Amino acid sequence: MEIAGVAERLKARLGGLVEGLQSPGGDQAIVVAADALPEACRLLRDDPDLRFEMLNCITAVDYLQTDPKKVAKTPWQPHLELLYHLSSLTHRTRLVLKVMLPRWQDDVPGRLPRVPSVSGVWRAAEWHEREVYDLSGVEFFGHPDLRRILCPEDWDGHPLRKDYQMPKEYHGIRVR
Amino acid sequence: MSEDRESLATAGEVRTEELLINMGPQHPSTHGVLRVVLRTDGELVLDAVPHIGYLHRCAEKIGEKVAARQWIPYTDRMDYLAGMNMNLGWSLTVERLLGLEVMEKARHLRVLIAELGRIASHLVAAGTYGLDLGSFTPFMYCFRERERILNLFEAVCGARLTYSYITIGGLMADLPPGWLEQCEAFLDQFVPVIDDLHDLLSTNAIFIKRTAGVGVLSREDALDYGCTGPVLRGSGVNWDLRRDGDPFYTRMYEGYQFDVVVCRDGAYPQNPPCPRVPREAVLGDCWHRFFVRMVEVAQSIRLVRQAMQRYRQAEGDIGRPIKLTDKLPPGEVYLETECPKGQMGFLVVGQGEAVPWRARARSSSFCNLSALRHLCRNCLIADVPAIVGSLDIVLGEVDR
Repeated sequence: MEIAGVAERLKARLGGLVEGLQSPGGDQAIVVAADALPEACRLLRDDPDLRFEMLNCITAVDYLQTDPKKVAKTPWQPHLELLYHLSSLTHRTRLVLKVMLPRWQDDVPGRLPRVPSVSGVWRAAEWHEREVYDLSGVEFFGHPDLRRILCPEDWDGHPLRKDYQMPKEYHGIRVR
Repeated sequence: MSEDRESLATAGEVRTEELLINMGPQHPSTHGVLRVVLRTDGELVLDAVPHIGYLHRCAEKIGEKVAARQWIPYTDRMDYLAGMNMNLGWSLTVERLLGLEVMEKARHLRVLIAELGRIASHLVAAGTYGLDLGSFTPFMYCFRERERILNLFEAVCGARLTYSYITIGGLMADLPPGWLEQCEAFLDQFVPVIDDLHDLLSTNAIFIKRTAGVGVLSREDALDYGCTGPVLRGSGVNWDLRRDGDPFYTRMYEGYQFDVVVCRDGAYPQNPPCPRVPREAVLGDCWHRFFVRMVEVAQSIRLVRQAMQRYRQAEGDIGRPIKLTDKLPPGEVYLETECPKGQMGFLVVGQGEAVPWRARARSSSFCNLSALRHLCRNCLIADVPAIVGSLDIVLGEVDR
C-alpha cells in the first residue's frame, strides 16, 4: 500500500489525531499526534493490509537554531521531531511515522517532553527509547525501564540537544 | 523464603542463594566492552541484564559538526570489522539525499568490495565463535584467510581496518594493476577452506552439542526485537535487504545471482553444496545463526566472482568524491543496507548546508543485542558466551 493509503487508513481510525503527510524532501512521513501514537502503531502492526512487524529505528531530531545570525532566515520555530522507521516484511514496504514535540514540556526549560512508549507494541522500542531519552531528552511514559543506556547513569544533560553544554568536569576528571 | 532456608541450614543441609555475577566489561567472550550482570541460581541463569555504553564516542554528535564526507572515517569505527560496508551505507544515504547515482563501474566495484568485507567479517565471527566454545584451530584458519582479504584491501586503499574507501560520489581510487588476478587467486584457494571450517565447526559433534538447541529465538521474537541479518535469517525469516531493501540500494545488486541464506523445509540452499542440518538443531538456535553466516560466505564468493567479471566489462569511471563544501538539500533520508551483522541504517537530515543537521546511525548489533536478555533466561552459565557469540556483535557499533 502506498503511503497516502496508509495515511488514509490511519485517519479513518484516529481522525484528527493524524495530521497527514509531510514531505520535506527525501522520505515522506505521516505525522501523528503524540497521544495517538500507541494506537496508530498497534494498527500499523496488526492491520492485515499494513503489517509493519518491525520497528527499525527511533530518532529524535532537535530543531533549534543556535547561531544568532541565522535565526532570521530559519524557516521553522524551535521544536523536536521524533521519527519512527517501520518496515513490513509481509508487504515489503517501509514507513516513516513522525511526532512533533515541543522542546520542553509546557515551555519550562529542563522539563522533558512526554510521549507514550511503544515498547508494548514492539519490544525493539525498549532500547531505542532509552537511547532517545538518554541522548535527546524525551520522556517515554509507560516504558518498563527508562534509564540512560549509553551515557553514565549520573550524566548531566542530553548531548544531542543543540543547546547542550558539555560539563567541565565529571567526578573530578577534567572533561574538556 | 529466607526462613525456610535458615531452617534447612540448621537441618544440616547446604544453604543456597541467588548470586549476582558480573560478566565483563573485560571478559574475552563478550567480544569487547560489554558487561552482562547475571543473576544465577547454581549453574542456571535466571536473568541476564546487558549494560552497554563503554565504547560510546558520540559519533552522532560529531556527525552534526563535520561535513557529510568527513563523517565517513567515523563510520569505519562503528563496525570496525566491516568498515567497507559501513562506508557504503552512509555514502548511499547521502547520495540519495543529493540525488546522485554512481556509474556502472563504481557500482560493480562497490559490490565487489562490500562482499569481500562481508566475507572478512563472517570469518571473524566464525573464528571467534570457535574460541568462545573452546576450539582454537578454526580461529587460526579464519584469521589466516581474513589476513588475505585485508592484504587485498590494503592494496586498494592503504588501510587494513579503517578504510574510508567507499565514499559519497564513488570510491577513492581505482583498483591497482593485477589486483583482480590476486583476488581471483585468493578465492580459488579460499573455497576449499570453507569445507575445512564446516568440518571443524558446523558438523563437529562437540560444536553441535554446544550450539544446537541453545538460545532459541523464535521468528516472532526476532521480529519483535528488531533483529536483522543472520540473526533474523537464522530464525527462518526469508529477508535480505540486498533483495528486499530500498530500491536505491537493491539497484546495486541488479542482475546479480545469489541465494538468500535461510533454512527452508529443514535445508539450506545447495548452490554451492553445504552440509546438512544436524538432527539436534532447532530453527533459531545458535547453530543456525552460525551456519547462516558460513553459507553466506559461499554466496558472497559467488557475488564477488560476478562483480569481478562485470567490473572488467563495465563502462564509466569509479566516480569522484563530493566536495566538502557541497551543500546538502533540505530533507530527510533514511536508508538501510545489509551489512554482515544485520541491517545498518543511516539517517541524514539536510538543511541546505554542507554539514548535516542530524546524522543518525541505526546499529544492527544494538538491536540484536537487545534480545540477549530474552535469550539468556533460564540457560546455563556456559551457554551465555555461546549465545553472545552467536549474535556476532561489535561493541563499536553498539555504542557508536
